[in-house]
Amino acid sequence: MSGYKPVAIQTYPILGEKITQDTLYWNNYKTPVQIKEFGAVSKVDFSSQPPYNYAVTASSRIHIYGRYSQEPIKTFSRFKDTAYCATFRQDGKLLVAGSEDGGVQLFDISGRAPLRQFEGHTKAVHMVDFTADKYHVVSGADDYTVKLWDIPNSKEILTFKEHSDYVRCGCASKLNSDLFVTGSYDHTVKMFDARTNKSVLSVEHGQPVESVLLFPSGGLLVSAGGRYVKVWDMLKGGQLLVSLKNHHKTVTCLCLSSSGQRLLSGSLDRKVKVYSTASYKVVHSFDYAASILSLALAHQDETIVVGMTNGILSVKHRKSEVKKDSLPRRRRPTYRTFIKGKNYMKQQDDILINRPAKKHLELYDRDLKHFRISKALDRVLEPTCAIKTPEVTVSIIKELNRRGVLANALAGRDEKEISHVLNFLIRNLSQPRFAPVLINAAEIIIDIYLPVIGQSPVVDKKFLMLQGLVEKEIDYQKELLETLGMMDMLFATMRRKESTSMLEHTSDGFLENKKIES
Amino acid sequence: MVEEESLRVVRCGGSELNFRRAVFSADSKYIFCVSGDFVKVYSTATEECVHILHGHRNLVTGIQLNPNNHLQLYSCSFDGTIKLWDYIDGILIKTFTVGCKLHALFTVSRPEDSVFVIINKEKPDIFQLVSVKLPKSSSQEIEAKELSIVLDYVNQSPKCIAFGNEGEYVAAVRDFYLSVYFFKKKTTSRFTLSSSRNKKHSKNNFTCVACHPKEDCIASGHMDGKIRLWRNFNDDKKYTYTCLHWHHDMVMDLAFSVTGTSLLSGGRESVLVEWRDAAEKNKEFLPRLGATIEHISVSPAGDLFCTSHSDNKIIVIHRNLEASAVIQGLVKDRSIFTGLMIDPRTKALVLNGKPGHLQFYSLQSDKQLYNLDIIQQEYINDYGLIQIELTKAAFGCFGNWLATVEQRQEKETELELQMKLWLFSKKTQGFILNTKINMPHEDHITALCFCNAEKSEQPTLVTASKDGHFKVWILTDDSDIYKKAVGWTCDFVGSYHKYQATNCCFSEDGSLLAVSFEEIVTIWDSETWELRCTFCQRAGKIRHLCFGRLTCSKYLLGATENGILCCWNLLSCALEWSAKLNVRVMEPDPNSENIAAVSQSSVGSDLFIFKPSEPRPLYIQKNISREEVQWGVFVPRDVPESFTSEAYQWLNRSQFYFLTKSQSLLTFSTKSPEEKLTPTSKQLLAEENLPTTPFYFILGKHRQQQDEKLNETSENELVQLPLTENIPAINELLHTPAHVLPPASFLCSMFVNSLLLSTETKSAEEIPEDIDMEEEKESDDSDEENDFSEKVQDTNDPDLGEDIIHQLSKAEEKELRKFRKVDYSWIAAL
Repeated sequence: MSGYKPVAIQTYPILGEKITQDTLYWNNYKTPVQIKEFGAVSKVDFSSQPPYNYAVTASSRIHIYGRYSQEPIKTFSRFKDTAYCATFRQDGKLLVAGSEDGGVQLFDISGRAPLRQFEGHTKAVHMVDFTADKYHVVSGADDYTVKLWDIPNSKEILTFKEHSDYVRCGCASKLNSDLFVTGSYDHTVKMFDARTNKSVLSVEHGQPVESVLLFPSGGLLVSAGGRYVKVWDMLKGGQLLVSLKNHHKTVTCLCLSSSGQRLLSGSLDRKVKVYSTASYKVVHSFDYAASILSLALAHQDETIVVGMTNGILSVKHRKSEVKKDSLPRRRRPTYRTFIKGKNYMKQQDDILINRPAKKHLELYDRDLKHFRISKALDRVLEPTCAIKTPEVTVSIIKELNRRGVLANALAGRDEKEISHVLNFLIRNLSQPRFAPVLINAAEIIIDIYLPVIGQSPVVDKKFLMLQGLVEKEIDYQKELLETLGMMDMLFATMRRKESTSMLEHTSDGFLENKKIES
Repeated sequence: MVEEESLRVVRCGGSELNFRRAVFSADSKYIFCVSGDFVKVYSTATEECVHILHGHRNLVTGIQLNPNNHLQLYSCSFDGTIKLWDYIDGILIKTFTVGCKLHALFTVSRPEDSVFVIINKEKPDIFQLVSVKLPKSSSQEIEAKELSIVLDYVNQSPKCIAFGNEGEYVAAVRDFYLSVYFFKKKTTSRFTLSSSRNKKHSKNNFTCVACHPKEDCIASGHMDGKIRLWRNFNDDKKYTYTCLHWHHDMVMDLAFSVTGTSLLSGGRESVLVEWRDAAEKNKEFLPRLGATIEHISVSPAGDLFCTSHSDNKIIVIHRNLEASAVIQGLVKDRSIFTGLMIDPRTKALVLNGKPGHLQFYSLQSDKQLYNLDIIQQEYINDYGLIQIELTKAAFGCFGNWLATVEQRQEKETELELQMKLWLFSKKTQGFILNTKINMPHEDHITALCFCNAEKSEQPTLVTASKDGHFKVWILTDDSDIYKKAVGWTCDFVGSYHKYQATNCCFSEDGSLLAVSFEEIVTIWDSETWELRCTFCQRAGKIRHLCFGRLTCSKYLLGATENGILCCWNLLSCALEWSAKLNVRVMEPDPNSENIAAVSQSSVGSDLFIFKPSEPRPLYIQKNISREEVQWGVFVPRDVPESFTSEAYQWLNRSQFYFLTKSQSLLTFSTKSPEEKLTPTSKQLLAEENLPTTPFYFILGKHRQQQDEKLNETSENELVQLPLTENIPAINELLHTPAHVLPPASFLCSMFVNSLLLSTETKSAEEIPEDIDMEEEKESDDSDEENDFSEKVQDTNDPDLGEDIIHQLSKAEEKELRKFRKVDYSWIAAL
């Protein structure tokens, strides 16, 4: 025969933001640390080697921060003018940066003075990067050119003059040392091959390109410009895969999460959006105080660093995993206990009888199964349950009412117990979702305890509170009805057709005719 | 070509199984229960119906095993006959005609030739227990007119009469007294409970009685849930009783176990209680049996119990209180709100079943397929409780979706309403809850319909409610990056001047939706949900609404409460025709243009079959039922019939089933009832007759080996082994009662010998020389052989009680010699 069926707990839709794995993951950061820089933070770059320092480019300085330090552990400040795009080499030992005067400087992390200076650009260099073989540097400048430099002898190897506007962003492929892409204000993103000295691929973004990003595999290219983030399939010759328009203002920076499963974009509208790279849907969004210019994620997403136009660097660290094992664990039965008899092989003439799986029942269900109705009600009126999950309490009250034993369960309570019930009623009576059940319960309580009223000041006070609550609710309902009447009149004048009428959904007057005397 | 007889209304399946106590066969392999005019024989192991014993012309009211031959079964019926059956073969042996209505049947072993029946002779409500002498005669039809009254003024129900202590006395209860009649003394004792006027005992009426099989003890059940155990009742003064009280409501039935050590009781709580040693504290429970226990019976072997329930179900329960089998008929306990539906997948009839369940009932096999738990809440069976009722259900999209509505209304203002949408899962082959909508409307939902058009890309559901709105629900994609999901949401809410919406219906192609608002029918475009036109005839509230189909799809039919049937033309937006007909049921045939309407008049219900295109009906069947017909449905046939007569052509592709107010399921048929019944499989019975004893296994193995050997040696042309059944020694061993057999040591050698394989037949003819040689050789050790042969002789002697004869007769010697010739040389080869 069928077993005991547990009480159906009414579930209500959760209002507001949906809780998903992503919101949990991306909300699991501590409150941000704010660091004031001298000017707008144009670039943040993490070293890919431990201890995962990061370089912050702001105004004419480059600061290197340690992971948890609030003060820079190193500063490069020998720029005559604004510095741009300080980028670590893959091994974390060298740093390259462009500057407003057209120079590209290469620094050793341990040194102070530049190791190499690449002269050749005539205008500000906004984009520099190391190629995958670590011995070349790519730079793009406002003089519309893209140059490839050799580090050992600081010579210019190649110059590409294919862009027709400022080159403001770009990156080198992580797999092929000869490939790199650049994005320009001429609305194009071009991929160059150092072996052919001309571009091998060009895609039309449609807006001035502010940021480009190559996926680690090199198969997908992401470009950001205007309000759009576009993803291109490089293996299909630059076919547009998806175009995302989730920001209100220009998207300025892009970043991939360490797993490669999520894409982050920062924008001047002060938001960072997180996309799933499988479906390209926004799964989470962060808000910041000012327009965002730069964005970087540390190894394993441990830290999110965001640079803003007002010179504030916001650093968020992931909350450390709470160690739950600090308490001495209760000794559990050993593994052998659980597998005892489980690995027994059935012999030829044996008949195997499986023990029926035991169904877990909540405590209140166990009480209800044994018809201990008052105990079940007590259990769900305990503060832990009644405050955290009022829907469980209401469902149990409803179930008792369905079984026709609610009056029995509510009767025979002393001052303390009845005040528990009344507290719960006062807290939840006015909620429309619970009202029908709780009004019924309130009426039963009043019926039962009317003869003994006046004996306990505590309970009397609770009854008076309940009365006040009901009166207030009636007033609300009256006002709502008045509003509804006014709105009806407005709708009536606007109605297009006589016959059709749309439903106006308003909260209904559950409490209208309920007068609770106490 | 089907032979065309007149069309008759026939009851089809779903008859009550719980009308009387079920009876077990002596070996507990079968269980018998009355079912309408038939007696059904079920197997307790497989739950299959093995036989249907038909022969009675009216309701069968009692069945009992023949106490003198446990392979025979007595049954009595309202048609005034007692019939004796051989239930294994399903053959009617004898018919005893008594002449008056028989209400119950009892058999006792002592007076071999008589049985007891309850009859009412004079007044309709006075019943007598009489004994009927069954005359011995070889003819099949026998008159049994020799009646003698045992007890007068008894209760009609057989539960109120019990025979005790191997038929020494009979106990009968009625109202507030218990009467016991002693057959030997021919006296009646009467015990009255404290009167009904006393308020405290106002509910202690007797409800049932049972007698201890061994002792002088009577158990009686009462209205207030008490069980009284009466002892010492052969003395009018010194009688005593003890009380057992666990039931909080009426005790429906009582039964003692075979040995009498435990007492079983059951009632509305749906809990089987086993009282051990008649003590209040030793009790065991089997809870959650689903519905009120109506009857309890115990198998004569004592290993099984069974309970009959009000939801037309018999549960076979093992001795250790474990349910082992459920025989479920069409559940008829409760009123049918959902109406009759056909599951497009299984072609099963779907309607309200157990409380909170939807039952899927196979019309072909007259068997419940399964129950779908819709409400999914613990069912508390108590008088006066307002339960959650399953009020509406509908299938959509070729059985892929099922919509159900459940409601519970305690007071005027407190309505709990829930709509559930179930998706058929191919993986689990069942319905899985997809969407749950709380309070889909603010008042009762009056109608529910899916858009079943073939081309519709999006499943659509419409609900109409008394709150004056109809709502359109559509399936929407609810999936995100984490999971794929679909869910139902409200797409449109429509109303018409705040009238209550009473009915809704989609046209066949799904382009139009008709919703009736009290007296007015509104037509809506299903693309834009715009109101297209309205029809109003001012002829009362619309009760039924349906679109014509196929060639008649331009017509809309509506039946009103004032008894007017209207047909509107959708092209001209005008009334095509109307007729005065008090329509109770209106059902369109899914396979043709026909529409069936059942009208209700003071004398009975009439059936009209018509096409919407013409007001003249195709077929009229007057008086299909005396009662009100509540629901009807067309069931598509698997194999179309070919009635040539114009009047029956509407039955070619579909069959019409309808349900009356007393919940009997009826249909139309031209065949005779014998033809209709499906033949039961004899195979099943034959298989079951072989008991699986250890010996069976040995023999079984032996036989297998034999087969193998046969295959191996068929080329060598060896002698065929005799079958074990053909060996007389084994036969004798098996069929002689154990207490007359000689000791096992005697039997052993004979038994082994008989199993040995002899090559005698072959060698005896082909090489006669060898025989002599052997004979000579063996004569040397003749002493041993003598002993041996003696033993064999003894055991073969049928008269085992007599002294052993030492001198061998001539014939015996011959036999002995023959025995010596037997060639055992093959043993060496083993």
